[in-house]
Amino acid sequence: MKNSRFFRSTVGIGLMAGALIALPFVAALGGQAWVRILDFAILYVFLALGLNIVVGLAGLLDLGYIAFYAVGAYTWALLASPHFGLHWPIWAILPIGAGLACFAGVLLGSPTLKLRGDYLAIVTLGFGEIVRIFLNNLNAPINVTNGPQGITLIDPVSFGAFKFSGVTQILGVSVSGPQKYYFLLIALAMLVIVINLRLQNSRIGRAWQAIREDEVAAKAIGINTRNLKLLAFAMGASFGGIAGGIFSAMQGFVSPESFSLIESIMILAMVVLGGMGHIPGVILGAVLLTVLPEVLRYGVGPLQMALFGKMLVDPESLRMLVFGLALVLVMRFKPAGLWPSPERQRELAEAKQ
Amino acid sequence: MQAKRSVVALSVAAAFALSACGQKEEPKPVAASAPAAKPEVVVKLGHVAPMTGPQAHLGKDNENGAVLAVEELNARGMEIGGAKVKFELINEDDQADPKQGSIVAQKLVDAKVNGVIGHLNSGTTIPASKLYADAGIPQISGSATNPKYTQQGFATAFRVMANDVQQGKSLGEFAVKQGVKTVAIVDDRTAYGQGLADEFKKAAEASGLKVVATEYTNDKATDFKAILTKIKSTKAELVFFGGMDAQGGPMAKQMKELGIKAKFLGGDGICTPEFMKLGGPATEGQFCSLPGMPLEKLAKGPEFKERFTKKFGAEIQLYAPYVYDAVMVMADSMKRADSVDPAKFLPAVGKTKYDGVTAMIEFDALGDLKGGAISIYQYKGGKLEYVETLGGSSIESAKADIKADVKEAVADVKDAAKAVAGAATAVGKEAVGDVKDAAKAAAAAGKDAVKAGAAAVKDAADATKAAVEKK
Amino acid sequence: MDIFLQQIINGLVQGSIYALVALGYTMVYGIMGLINFAHGEVVMIGTLVTITVAGSLLKAGMPVALAGLAGLIAAVLVCMALGWALERVAYRPLRNAPRLTPLITAIGMSIVLQNLAMMIWGRNYLTFPSLLPKVDFELAGANFTAIQIIIVLVSAATMGGLLLLVYRTKLGMAMRATAQNPAVASLMGVNINRVIAAAFVIGSALGAVAGVMVGTYYEIAHYQMGFMLGLKAFTAAVLGGIGNLAGAMLGGILLGIIEALGAGYIGDLTGGFLGSHYQDIFAFVVLIVVLMFKPSGLFGEKTGDRA
Repeated sequence: MKNSRFFRSTVGIGLMAGALIALPFVAALGGQAWVRILDFAILYVFLALGLNIVVGLAGLLDLGYIAFYAVGAYTWALLASPHFGLHWPIWAILPIGAGLACFAGVLLGSPTLKLRGDYLAIVTLGFGEIVRIFLNNLNAPINVTNGPQGITLIDPVSFGAFKFSGVTQILGVSVSGPQKYYFLLIALAMLVIVINLRLQNSRIGRAWQAIREDEVAAKAIGINTRNLKLLAFAMGASFGGIAGGIFSAMQGFVSPESFSLIESIMILAMVVLGGMGHIPGVILGAVLLTVLPEVLRYGVGPLQMALFGKMLVDPESLRMLVFGLALVLVMRFKPAGLWPSPERQRELAEAKQ
Repeated sequence: MQAKRSVVALSVAAAFALSACGQKEEPKPVAASAPAAKPEVVVKLGHVAPMTGPQAHLGKDNENGAVLAVEELNARGMEIGGAKVKFELINEDDQADPKQGSIVAQKLVDAKVNGVIGHLNSGTTIPASKLYADAGIPQISGSATNPKYTQQGFATAFRVMANDVQQGKSLGEFAVKQGVKTVAIVDDRTAYGQGLADEFKKAAEASGLKVVATEYTNDKATDFKAILTKIKSTKAELVFFGGMDAQGGPMAKQMKELGIKAKFLGGDGICTPEFMKLGGPATEGQFCSLPGMPLEKLAKGPEFKERFTKKFGAEIQLYAPYVYDAVMVMADSMKRADSVDPAKFLPAVGKTKYDGVTAMIEFDALGDLKGGAISIYQYKGGKLEYVETLGGSSIESAKADIKADVKEAVADVKDAAKAVAGAATAVGKEAVGDVKDAAKAAAAAGKDAVKAGAAAVKDAADATKAAVEKK
Repeated sequence: MDIFLQQIINGLVQGSIYALVALGYTMVYGIMGLINFAHGEVVMIGTLVTITVAGSLLKAGMPVALAGLAGLIAAVLVCMALGWALERVAYRPLRNAPRLTPLITAIGMSIVLQNLAMMIWGRNYLTFPSLLPKVDFELAGANFTAIQIIIVLVSAATMGGLLLLVYRTKLGMAMRATAQNPAVASLMGVNINRVIAAAFVIGSALGAVAGVMVGTYYEIAHYQMGFMLGLKAFTAAVLGGIGNLAGAMLGGILLGIIEALGAGYIGDLTGGFLGSHYQDIFAFVVLIVVLMFKPSGLFGEKTGDRA
């Protein structure tokens, strides 16, 4: 309770807002690559929050979440690129992308309603793979997705004449493409976080948590588990769809390789590592797991030089090794996540006794 | 609790700031201040390839080619724009993943490299090329063969070997030459494999071959028995594989295990020592193609091979010579433009006319190699044996060969005429006049014939050259 | 129809390998309720260890059969140790943790093992030494090799051995008891820790045998080969009913056959619309259909709600 008071006070909000606005410019000191990494971190925050609804709130283990990201990304790519010659604006594509992702979520959810825990996991995993393989192969007889070559030259986000790619001068400050995307993403993230908070504390959110804790009991007290599960999938998927659209616009290029199983697993790791079901924890997990491999990419080489004077181990292999170790260690010493919800912490403390 | 959370949040921000600060200390081009000593400029060249994953052996090979080139350039010592130039290679790993490729490309752009060599895979080169184009950094790839790379129309995109349009076409023509009527195509569903297989299919069908089966796999598979069994039932005489050695080798082996007698043909992806290693004795007698001419036949080839194996103690896998040439072309362009500034030496790259290890390198309007030739090889006795060259700069060598042959023929005719004349004198002086006349006529006729023949051949060579240049 | 027999044979061999690996997954799940994502990597290490040991022994001049056997034993020993270490270090401390935590640990260990393998064995593909005679047979238009027969037989023998262990020995009874109800089992005097460790160790040993089979069959190995294999084997275990040994075996073999038939016939079945590029999802589609009618897999019992 103390912390939320701090965060809700004007000083707290002012400080946080200031830090958030300054962050992309600080990061740019190290190069635009860091701003891009920030952008990706926020995209993954969207994804982690979406998955949090499915896994954290409703307790449905989804290993194919990346499929919704893919649906959103390809919707943007198909509706705003030379591929079909369509160039629709953002306010048309994002809702369509989110809607299609919702539909995909319901499609995924329907056959899984009777499945328990780990059976659900493998079916959702299969679904993710099915979507990816379709994307990789729908280039004949009609070329829908252009197959493994992917779709290039995708339009960036634009509001009228204001394009999000390239550098513009705002109030005398030079703002680059990735930095503009950062602000767009932060704005959308605020929206998503507010929606998540409202959901969590609503009747629907509590119903989901009831299903997660004990589905039979939930049914017994009159919760329509079938509809609520489908709703969880649909809502979670919609966030993925929105993130996918922005991803497509930002990168200017999509290919099926970006939507592999390992991505789904990474997002699940972000949710669990951060603190399942706890929104601040999930955000932390997403940012940490996106930024850590990149920090390691830049840092492992120079670190070895500094410590040992030469490269003992290939930086590339060492990077992923350290990442894996980080996952294991965090889970070992903080099994409920880095920043679990207060209820979880109480549960853990009780279990320890 | 509250303190802990703030600490966590702050440490995340701190990690960011620290890394950002760390970046500031990256080496910047050094301009010496002392006017007396020649100023030294560091030219940073980025090189990107998969250093981890199934194609890591090819990535390392590319890196070796680049490292060799940079070392030789530094040993030679170049002077550009009045300053001594030191080349520095920044090597990055894109894991053959387009997303990683874009991240790494942005990293290189941020580091303000003067040029980029790479990437290795078409699937990563194409998206990264946009980033380099936006930043105006010249990019030369030594291995990305997908035609789309240059078709995007970026002024900064170049490649130093033939692309898949040329490769697929040559392979299709070669298949027809093998006398087969039916062919089965397998592609590995990557940007490279699918592109190559499609071009081959077009060329094969245009030449009248019947494609009886099109099967697919992926770039991580090890078991192909299911699709090979299907191909076996179609009784195809040739199996074409668009993909890499890691799949091609086991595929050839499994073909043999299933008793499939068809010939196996593939592109540059399987023209590596790995293919032979992974496929074992089943690779004997199979064909593959490589851009350019075989190293042994090129003027500078064998010597490059020796230098390479001496330095790295390893065989050349595939593209190392092309990457080497790419670095050399980059340096040569800087020298010609007398500047290391990308904006200034970019136009010079387009006007390159550099005699490299792999070929005489000239670029066409799109950035493709002019007159890119494709050579076909066959695995024989555990080694790659050169079969023939189709298209491109082979015209030059063919012309040279023709000239030599014609010269020889003329000389032979002259000798024959002399011998006849000599015999005539031995017969009798009366007949001499007649015989001399006859011999003269014969020699003249022979000369005319040879001339006509040579002219015809020259016309044919010119026509082919024109046709190739039209592409 | 003429390739039907060939496809069945292909599928049977592939399926036997899946079955061996699936058993490892199902044993651990049955006792602990944990999906051991790192199991595929254990198999991969088995293959690579065999390559190193058998390869160097062959070079030293040992006869093929002995070198092969030594390689197999080395692989089994290393994998057993690895499995034991995994359980002791990574999973035991998390016995009472929330359900998903060990899953993430497993994923982390999988990454660690992959990269360790890359550092030790390099990033190139390695060739497996030729350990078995290469004899070809032909029967009714289908070709198969001696190696394939050996794989099916060895897998069957190993699985039979496992069933013997689980249903005829005290350890097996202890394992079955722990799987049913750990608390009561410990009250009956079963040492839960030892039983769980045994499950991991035995599962890893099976994985090692599978790894040697894979190496012998395809004759190549790579530090990333474990991931896909593990995934397919896990799918097979679920298909058969996860936690059920017979289910894992049947699931494995079925999966292999379905994949082979799918890749071969999917084009004909869908009139050319879908081709073999969709072969990977054929197995998943079948799985989804089966689970719609039998939500606990083919042999799975209706377990109570695991919260």
